[in-house]
This record gives sequence, structure tokens and C-alpha cells, in this order.
Amino acid sequence: MSTTDIKIPAPGKPWQASRSDKLKSFLTVISAGIFTFILVNVTPLKGKLAYFILFFISVIVFEYIRQRITRDSQAAKDSVLSTLSILGIVLTLIPIFSIVLTVFVKGYKGLHWQILNKDMALASVNDPIEAGGLLHAVLGTFLLVFVALLISFPVGLLTGIYLTEIRGTLSRPIRFLVQAMSGVPSIVAGLFILSAVIYPITNSLSGLMGSLALTILMIPTIARTAEEVLKLIPDDLREAGVALGATQWRTVAMVVVPAAKSGLLTAVILGIARIIGETAPILLVTGGADKTNLNPFEGSMGSLPFYIWKAFLTGGTEQSIARGWAGMLILLIFIFILFGSARYISGRRS
Amino acid sequence: MALLEDRVNSVPAPRELTTKPRRSDQIFRFVVTLGGMSSLVILGLIALFLSIKGIHILNEKGFSFITESRWEVVTDENQEVIQSTFGIGAMLVGTMLTAVIALFVGVPISILGALYLSFYASGRVKTFLVSLIDLMAAFPSLLFGFWGFFVFMDSAEYWAKLINKYLGFIPIFQVPTPIFERSPFIAGLVLAIMIIPIVTSISREIFAQTPLDRIQAAFALGATRLTMIRAVVIPYGRGGIVGGAMLGLGRAMGETVAVYTVLNVVYAVNWQMLFGAGGNIASLILLKFGEAGAYEVDALMAAGLILFLLTLVVNFAADFLVNRFGKRGR
Repeated sequence: MSTTDIKIPAPGKPWQASRSDKLKSFLTVISAGIFTFILVNVTPLKGKLAYFILFFISVIVFEYIRQRITRDSQAAKDSVLSTLSILGIVLTLIPIFSIVLTVFVKGYKGLHWQILNKDMALASVNDPIEAGGLLHAVLGTFLLVFVALLISFPVGLLTGIYLTEIRGTLSRPIRFLVQAMSGVPSIVAGLFILSAVIYPITNSLSGLMGSLALTILMIPTIARTAEEVLKLIPDDLREAGVALGATQWRTVAMVVVPAAKSGLLTAVILGIARIIGETAPILLVTGGADKTNLNPFEGSMGSLPFYIWKAFLTGGTEQSIARGWAGMLILLIFIFILFGSARYISGRRS
Repeated sequence: MALLEDRVNSVPAPRELTTKPRRSDQIFRFVVTLGGMSSLVILGLIALFLSIKGIHILNEKGFSFITESRWEVVTDENQEVIQSTFGIGAMLVGTMLTAVIALFVGVPISILGALYLSFYASGRVKTFLVSLIDLMAAFPSLLFGFWGFFVFMDSAEYWAKLINKYLGFIPIFQVPTPIFERSPFIAGLVLAIMIIPIVTSISREIFAQTPLDRIQAAFALGATRLTMIRAVVIPYGRGGIVGGAMLGLGRAMGETVAVYTVLNVVYAVNWQMLFGAGGNIASLILLKFGEAGAYEVDALMAAGLILFLLTLVVNFAADFLVNRFGKRGR
């Protein structure tokens, strides 16, 4: 008897749902749907809400009964939790899809080919859409974010390095404070810049003030992400650096930080995503302009959030609403790009 | 011989052994520590400068700044303040009301969603959903605000009418006049949607820290997922979830733009959450700032200080809970 005659059992996955299991749960959901449909049409209940609630209740009940009959009461109770957890995730997803869909459907009406070529210096929000664009807003947002990044990246990185490299006695309280700082309401950041810089010193609103306010919101995000990233660098590298005679400064600057380069880029991107749509401090301290202004140190500066805010609140016509949604669309696209690149970078690393 | 002697002399003296860091390291440590202290410095400066501007208002008004529910300032033709009443009582009530509604709606949904992500979903579905929810956490509040105003309001108004019709005998669901638009209820729901991604991701992290051996022990003893979650995951993560909910509370209390757009900011104490009037401290600041004179700005700074301290306390408590209970199993 040769070895080829021995039957090797095919590897199975008995814990996974089999095809008939999947079919049965699918049928349960379908029958619950049909039941809901009948119920809504027979009883006075009506509307999307009634469909939604009744559908979920009937799925829970049907699934409970099915499990009760085919298995036992424990399995039946278990099925209630699994249906409820699916309800939780569905309720989380509905707003996401609704928001993204709304922005794309309403936003594209306000787009035109010259939108990134014109500013609103000669147009009011109620003018025809082709009359103006959001050049000033996009440039303003870029400048605000860039200047904020120049300040907050070094500070955030130093905080991260303190928490991972120095590991001093203050590590715990500082971690605590960074966390607390990430909860500072954005309007308070604006008020702080007003009270600390604008009223006592400059007495004028400008892009730089906006950047300073955004810095306060950006530092905790960068610091926390930088800490996470630096923590991932293996201690072997640090020890190797020190063993080769490097000082701690050289080890950190030439080994640890370069090794964490892509992670730190992620930190920057997440920091930008955090502040790019921040509105409340922008409204308080940048002044908000309709004209392109490339000097962050002088004169009021426009930005995407301000553009959207102004279009929605001062307009009221169809054009202004379309403008607002178009601005929102551009802002959302920026966030998508930032988020996608952050995921791409961190995905490539692991 | 002379050559050899030269050689011997040129051997460097043994380096002095010391644990004292070099000059460059001392500078490095100093700079990094300075950078690390930035969060402390900034938080301190925020408290300091808001106090400098606002403290005289708090001194003048005393305790009534918190309890009083009027915000009026009377000026003569030279913009001199004749008489003023500042009190954030109504807005404090509004802040609490909207934040509590947000927690009441948002936290159960987040916990259920996090349970799904941690114990039911797997593979690509999980990765996709997690990144989608992380993405939602990065949506600006402006977006939530205007979506809430233009899209969500209609449905929410309809739900508010239903609640009022069938549960109207409960005092908080009553309305003085049938105005259901722009109510604290709707603002609370929008805030709930805003905090769901945050609370979900924190709960997921907490659930992920449940020791695997205990989970497997529960399954080995014949537990279903429900009994496993009830016996292992929930007792283990309870404190962390409370902490996550409080982080959501902090975010909901400090929210400005979304509340300002969705809620009809009216300066009066309103407990009836379905009625279209209310506000929170942050939206008050934004509303009054535009037309405020110097004296009123100081009062707004004082309100900002109170809001800052409030969110700071909530965040400290939240962080304490998350760290205390979240890291226990590691």
C-alpha cells in the first residue's frame, strides 16, 4: 500500500459559519424585512423611522426565535447582543455616509473651472457662482496651517522625545497635561490668543494670530502621535548608538528620529487634519478676508472655514448655499487626501 | 629609543569615567525638557491670561456670575458702561443639557459599535470600518454643524414631534409653544454624532486590552459571546469606558460651531429640550463677541475661563479613569 492511498482530511474551519448557516441568517433578515413591510402597510405606523425601528425589532425577535428553536436560550440571548452591536455600527455609519453624500451632491453644484483661480474680492456671496472662487481661502488655509506647523511640529516632537527618550520624573504629569490640552475647546484657544497677544501687543487681527491659536490645538495631536511612533523604535537601536560611543543627543538626532521619519510624517498629517477645518478660533482672530492675502503678519486673512461660514451665514440665496457646500467639498477632499496619505504611510511601514 | 619614548608619551591618558552627561547632552536634555514642559506652560498661560482679562468681572459679580441667567449691558452714547448684568447660568444649563443628551444617545451606540468591531467583525470589514470611523473623527465641527442644520434637522424635528406627542406628559418633553426647530434636543443629537467616533475608538482600545487568556478561558468554559462579554470584558473595561464617555463629554461641552449653527441661541434657562431655544457657553462667546465692547469682552473672557476650567476638570477625570483602568492588564 503506497502512501498516496491514505486519505488526508481536507482542512476545515468548523468555527466559521457554513453556507447553510449564512443562508438561514439571510432568510431570517429577509423574512424580518417582509414582516416589517406588511406591518408598516397594515398599521398606522409609517415613515422611514417606523421602517427602521420595526425592521430592527423584528430582526432581533426573529433571530431570537430561530436560535431558541434550533439551539438554546443562551444562544438566543447571544443573538440579541450581536444584532444590537450591528445596530450600533449601522447607526454610526449612517451619519458618515449621509454627510459625505450630502457634501458631494450639494457641493459639486458650486464648483466651476475657475474656482481655484479667483477670489471673492470683487464678488459677494450672492453673486452668480462663476463670479468668484476660493483661491484666497485655499491659500489662506495653506498659510495658516503651514505657519502653525512651523511652531507646533518642533514643540510636539520635543514633547514626544521627552516622553520616550528622557523619561524623566515629569513624564507622567506631562502625558497627563498633553491629554488635557487636547481637550481645550477651540474657542478658548481663540480667546487666549486674543487676551495674550492681540489686546496687549499687536492690536490687529492677522493670519499669524490664527496660526498661533491653531498651534495650541495642533501640539497635543502631534505630541501624542510622535510619542506613539518613537515608542515603536526598538531599544536595540538606541543601545547600539550609545555603544558605538554616541552621546544621547547624537543617538536621538541621527538614529532614533531618522528611523521614525515616516511615523513623524504621519504625526504631521494627523495634526494638519485636526486643524484644517477648525472654525471658532479662525472667526475670532484672523479677521477673515475676501481678498487674497499672502502676508500672514499683516492684514486679515481668509480661510476655507471662514469662506464656508460666511457663505452660509451672510448669504441666504441659492448661490451662497452652493458656495458654502462647494467650500465644504474642497475642505472634505483635503481631509480625505490627508487621511489617505497618513494611512498609506503607516500601512507601508508595517 | 627616543622614538619608542615618543610613542609611549603619545598614548592618550585613560578617559576619566563619569556618569555625568557631556555638555552637548546637557544642552540636549535642557532643550527637550523645555519643549516637554510646553503643554504645562501653555495651559498655565491660558489660565493666566484669561484670568487677567476676566478676573475683575468675576470679582464684581461674584458667585452670581455662575448663577445669574441674564446677559445684559447698557451703555450711554460714549460707549461707557452704565449698568451690566453678566451671568452664565442659562448657558451653563444649556451646556449641560446638550452634553448630557449627546452622552445619553452617543455612548450606548459607541459601546455597541465598539463591541461589534472588537468581537464580531474581522478581517477586511474590520479594517475598513475602523479607518472609516477614524476618518469621521477628523471631520471638522463645521461640517457636522451645517449637515445638522440642512439635512439632519428635518428628521430630528419629526422625531421631536413624535416624542412630544407620545411622551409629552414627562416635564422635560413638554414645550411652551410648538417650536421644535433648532432645539437642544437636535443639537444634542448632532453632538452625539460628533462624539461617537471618539468614544468608539477609545472603547475599542479598552476592549482590545482585555487579557486574551481570560477571554479564551471564558469560551473554554462554554460561554457564549454575550456571557463572555458580560463576565470578562465589561467588568474589565468599565472604568475605561466611563473615562472614554467623559472625554466625549469634554468635547461636547466645548463645542462651538456645531452648536451655534444648529441651536437657536437664546439667552434663557430652558430645560425643555424639545423646545427651540438654548445655547452653550462656547456659542454664547461666539454670538456676543462680534458686537461686544471692551467691558463685555472681559466678561466673555471670564466665561471662557469657566469653560476652560470645566473642560479641564472633565478631561483630567477622564484621563485618570482611562489610564487607571485601561492599563491594568498589561
